[in-house]
Amino acid sequence: MRRVLSDDGTVLPGAKVPDISDDDLVALFDSMLLVRVMDERMMRLQRQGRLGFYMTSIGEEATHYAVYPLRPTDWVFPSYREQGAFFWRGYSIQNYIDQLYGNANDPVKGRQMPVHHSARWLNIVSISSPVGTQIPQAVGAGWAARIAGKDDVSMVFFGEGTSSTGEFHVGMNFAGVSKAPVVFVCRNNGWAISTSREKQTAAKTFASKAVGYGMPGIRVDGNDILAVIQVAQEAVDRARAGDGPTLIEACTYRRGAHSSSDDPSVYRDAREPEEWARRDPVNRFRNYLKERGLWTEQAERDILDKHNEAIAKVQRESDRTGPPPLESLFEDVYETIPWHLREQRDWLLSQPRVKSPHQH
Amino acid sequence: MPTMNIIQAVNDALRIQMRADDRVVILGEDVGKFGGVFRATSGLYDEFGPDRCIDTPLSEAGIIGTAIGMALYGLRPVPEIQFADFIFPAFDQIVNELAKFRYRSGGQYPCPVVIRTPYGGGIRGGHYHSQSPEAHFIHTPGLKVVIPSNPVDAKGLLLSCMRQNDPVLFMEPKRVYRAARGDVPADDYTVPLEKAAVVREGTQCTVVAYGAMVHECTAAADKAAEQGISIEVIDLRTLLPFDIDTLLASVKKTGRAVIVHEAPKTCGFGAELVASIQERAMEHLEAPILRVAGLDTPFPYTLEHEYLPNADRVVDAVRKTLEW
Repeated sequence: MRRVLSDDGTVLPGAKVPDISDDDLVALFDSMLLVRVMDERMMRLQRQGRLGFYMTSIGEEATHYAVYPLRPTDWVFPSYREQGAFFWRGYSIQNYIDQLYGNANDPVKGRQMPVHHSARWLNIVSISSPVGTQIPQAVGAGWAARIAGKDDVSMVFFGEGTSSTGEFHVGMNFAGVSKAPVVFVCRNNGWAISTSREKQTAAKTFASKAVGYGMPGIRVDGNDILAVIQVAQEAVDRARAGDGPTLIEACTYRRGAHSSSDDPSVYRDAREPEEWARRDPVNRFRNYLKERGLWTEQAERDILDKHNEAIAKVQRESDRTGPPPLESLFEDVYETIPWHLREQRDWLLSQPRVKSPHQH
Repeated sequence: MPTMNIIQAVNDALRIQMRADDRVVILGEDVGKFGGVFRATSGLYDEFGPDRCIDTPLSEAGIIGTAIGMALYGLRPVPEIQFADFIFPAFDQIVNELAKFRYRSGGQYPCPVVIRTPYGGGIRGGHYHSQSPEAHFIHTPGLKVVIPSNPVDAKGLLLSCMRQNDPVLFMEPKRVYRAARGDVPADDYTVPLEKAAVVREGTQCTVVAYGAMVHECTAAADKAAEQGISIEVIDLRTLLPFDIDTLLASVKKTGRAVIVHEAPKTCGFGAELVASIQERAMEHLEAPILRVAGLDTPFPYTLEHEYLPNADRVVDAVRKTLEW
């Protein structure tokens, strides 16, 4: 397993540190903190009944930054636990919270549950609830880039549970055969809702599955942001050079619940997340930055204040923003609205308004 | 004007569009060098090469999934599913992903994929080479479903499909792939989507069909004419969204309707057409609308001719509405 940092954040003997500028190191830390602050605040909102649903990624934030080596023209196919990937590519706090509210400013117009973002302007493709569907799609995008004569790379995220789906195998196989420029990032966080990693596969590692598809499989410490970036950089370089796909298994742990609707105390020992908290990716990265002289207590407080204020401000606005207009229900089903949808739209608009039973 | 069958017309449309637009790519099982098991993509590999006429590994979910990714990136993929019976492993990719991408991304990601697939019985194919699964897809918001019945329409409709921006399921009636021949303009033309064709004018009963059944219905119109009955035959061509105006105009003229399809009767597309006509033209109807459809059994091998609708059954149904 590739590691650069020890559990306490010091560089391991003989480890090669990836070449990242000081500014980017600080920006990465800043972004990780945003993910954490956002998760804590949004989960609170959900508990207050103001958000219909939420999913955190506490303890797994480092894996999101596999997108660090990508160029803006490269494509990302996320699953539902890669908030940091969105933020790093430029998705704003405003976009993020509006999507959770499903209000009139939501980039997906209130059509999907919270945490189903989509940002075409950042080449990030819509999150889908069925897991694994994005895998062959990501292969198609990478393949298309090559057909179009571009050197864009496609990166796809999924959890270890997804490796049990048909589309994981299909996507890996298509990518292997076509040598499409794709980087598969399998976030092995130990749990798929209540199903443990051991019940997901008889294979020793998820990375080993790559062998069957004719591509390298690399295991990386998913709580070590420098190691994640390093293996992602190698995989992206390999894809861009025309040498084909790579499967990365980022080993991490889901310290929180699967979602706001889940209660992990029912199915797992509480000592497990406590143990993993000692390898917290934020703490490790903080210690590394400290050692590099890039961190002060005051700087972190400033960052946290900045994020908290920005989130509070956006949240107030998002709270006040009404739902999308009723007629938007009928838009984007097709490029132009066909007669039967026009008929249904006119009927709906003529009806008395129905109050939502869900008050958030 | 050259004479073509449906296969040649499809091939011609693909070639024209691939020449016109280098974003168009074909992908599927055996579509490359071999030219497809029905030869629909014959010659395209030689002209456009392995990057635009792509032999994929064997997986329908993979074919449609990668086609979706290609379309998101900016290509115009035209995947082939070798037989419509094999489309179900890709059902989730079609119904949940392809058809919904524009909507669920708030209009950010159009997904112009045209899936071609041969469908239907009458070719001694048994269960796995004969089904007509259109109803599953007509029930899917976001998808268009198009079925030609003849070579002129096959070419013109397919060109229309490849030039618009919504996902389409283009189902080809393989029973008449070669039997339906006709003069087809050699040049580039389109047949509009969402427009039905009145293929036979008549006064006493409207018969609505699509695909191979159109031929049974025109045969039925001939037989009925011998008995002094005048049937109007409508070829629906686009099933979703279908052309309600042409249907209503015809039913208002004839006062009667019979719907014909080879898919199973229960919850078949015929039920939707009956309901739609009835909701809008009840006062013009002289008799209940009848359906002539495939049986609600799995598709059989030996007795497929008993399973499938035919001209005699259509004439019988028309007579029933006239005698009601």
